[in-house]
Amino acid sequence: MNGPFDFALALADDALIAAQRLAEWTTRAPEMEEDIALANIALDQLGAARLLLSYAGEVEGAGRDEDALAYLRDDREFRNALLVELPNGDFAVTMAKLFFLAAYQLPLYTALAGCADQRLAAIGAKARKESAYHLDHGALWVKRLGDGTEESHRRMQAAVDQVWPYTHELFAADPAAPVDPATLRPAFDEVVGPVLAEATLTRPDSGWAPGGGRAGVHTEHLAYLLAEMQVLHRAHPGAQW
Amino acid sequence: MYGNDFSAPGGGSDEAPGGLLGEVEAAEAELRAAAARGRRGGPAPDEDLAAYFAEVVDAEQKIEPRDWMPDAYRRTLIRQIAQHAHSEIIGMQPEGNWISRAPSLKRKAILLAKVQDEAGHGLYLYAAAETLGISRDELVQLLLDGRQKYSSIFNYPTLSWADVGAIGWLVDGAAIVNQVPLCRCSYGPYARAMIRVCKEESFHQRQGYEILHTLAHGTPAQQAMAQDAVDRWWYPSLAMFGPPDGNSTHSAQSMAWKIKRFSNDDLRQRFVDMCVQQAEVLGLRIPDDDLRWNDERQAHDYTQPDYDELLRVISGDGPCNRERIAHRRAAHSDGAWVREAAAAYAAKRAGQKETVAA
Repeated sequence: MNGPFDFALALADDALIAAQRLAEWTTRAPEMEEDIALANIALDQLGAARLLLSYAGEVEGAGRDEDALAYLRDDREFRNALLVELPNGDFAVTMAKLFFLAAYQLPLYTALAGCADQRLAAIGAKARKESAYHLDHGALWVKRLGDGTEESHRRMQAAVDQVWPYTHELFAADPAAPVDPATLRPAFDEVVGPVLAEATLTRPDSGWAPGGGRAGVHTEHLAYLLAEMQVLHRAHPGAQW
Repeated sequence: MYGNDFSAPGGGSDEAPGGLLGEVEAAEAELRAAAARGRRGGPAPDEDLAAYFAEVVDAEQKIEPRDWMPDAYRRTLIRQIAQHAHSEIIGMQPEGNWISRAPSLKRKAILLAKVQDEAGHGLYLYAAAETLGISRDELVQLLLDGRQKYSSIFNYPTLSWADVGAIGWLVDGAAIVNQVPLCRCSYGPYARAMIRVCKEESFHQRQGYEILHTLAHGTPAQQAMAQDAVDRWWYPSLAMFGPPDGNSTHSAQSMAWKIKRFSNDDLRQRFVDMCVQQAEVLGLRIPDDDLRWNDERQAHDYTQPDYDELLRVISGDGPCNRERIAHRRAAHSDGAWVREAAAAYAAKRAGQKETVAA
């Protein structure tokens, strides 16, 4: 990555795709209260995505607003990490994704709040409070499911095993960025380790570390997500909504 | 604070149409006044409980959960509040259908927040029903077993983005007209829940109206989309007020108990009169060739909805009845292992605390 445009876009796309996936749970959550909670988190992510996309568009200076960036880019132009585009799977997979993402976003936004770029700092200051709640929510469910019933333990461990390899991409070094993601790894490990231990879950030691999202090389899943998200907007070029 | 980032459309009033929000506020003031007046301290030891109940209702005081009430009053309220709660929960589906495809990020945020509000309405209506001595789990089971109904309107499909606007304008509009009088319902917990619901619904109605306004002033394709949605949702929305007064089974008793304040046909008329002027501002046509002002009645004449169709949908044969219930059943059964895990985890924590305490 280079420059504030790419950096803002990467963060924006993480948030936007996470919001799109979380919103898929609406009307499907295991409890009505959870339906509301997941919608809340999706709204937070969407809100952060909109601020970051708008800022990226301004930095770019090519006249693209939040909607042009969200709806008129193809998958190869998206910069999100692979973790957020993975399908929701069962509730355990969704909670593994949420927990790991929040454990990354919280130190990220916290660091961003203190960075030299004032716009990014303001976005970071707002978003970190929301991330703290996402982290609490995800951690609580990881513990409940990990230390709940035999079935939930089995599912939660399988979810951690499935999602864990995708966490490494979040911390790929980028020394020129306003916040170098590599510096966030210790804070992430400090949060994740104890929660997994309390949840009676083990961290997989697989060396597999899929990546490519930051360079626009995604899983097969992203193009389907975008096809659905963008279909109506693209069917009416130039229309106002 | 989601979704307040749009301006009011042409017509421009912040007020819910027809001064309805004012009525909600009046009901709220009435509720406070009744509480301040206080009721007589409860029935005397040898007093006839039914007479005391009637006295409280006649005096426009509220019946509260601890009060004696006729069994039929309790049953009626449980049925009505539960059906209302079910409607909020099932009603999330038709609009939820468009969250993933919302055509701008602003619209996506507003719609997601709206559907989330509906889940919230469902929760506090279930809580209001629980004050009558039945559990949410029991009520949800009655819904899943098809033994309690929800509003038939949600058995129609949302085929285009404009349907999200039409639901907001017409369906939420009809719901508000129906629900505003319930803010003065004789049962306190229901009245209080309805005040909160109505305030949020009026915001929903405005955002639906705004979607249609934008489409109706957009490209020809958008205009056609908006008109098509109004054409499909108009009559089902009229049917939301229930069968005509002559055929309504529950009305008379509910009016006497002050659960209900106006007849189905009165409310339907009020809704039609409200929509005509709004449709003009929108630049959309209400699909009724016989719709016209009647000077004598000081109201619009209009074509009745197809009540045979309403009965078919109520009895289960609408376009989406099967899908809506299948969807809710699937969410419920897919989530069973999660709820069990949460219960098991909570039990373990409670056990640990006891061990520590001992």
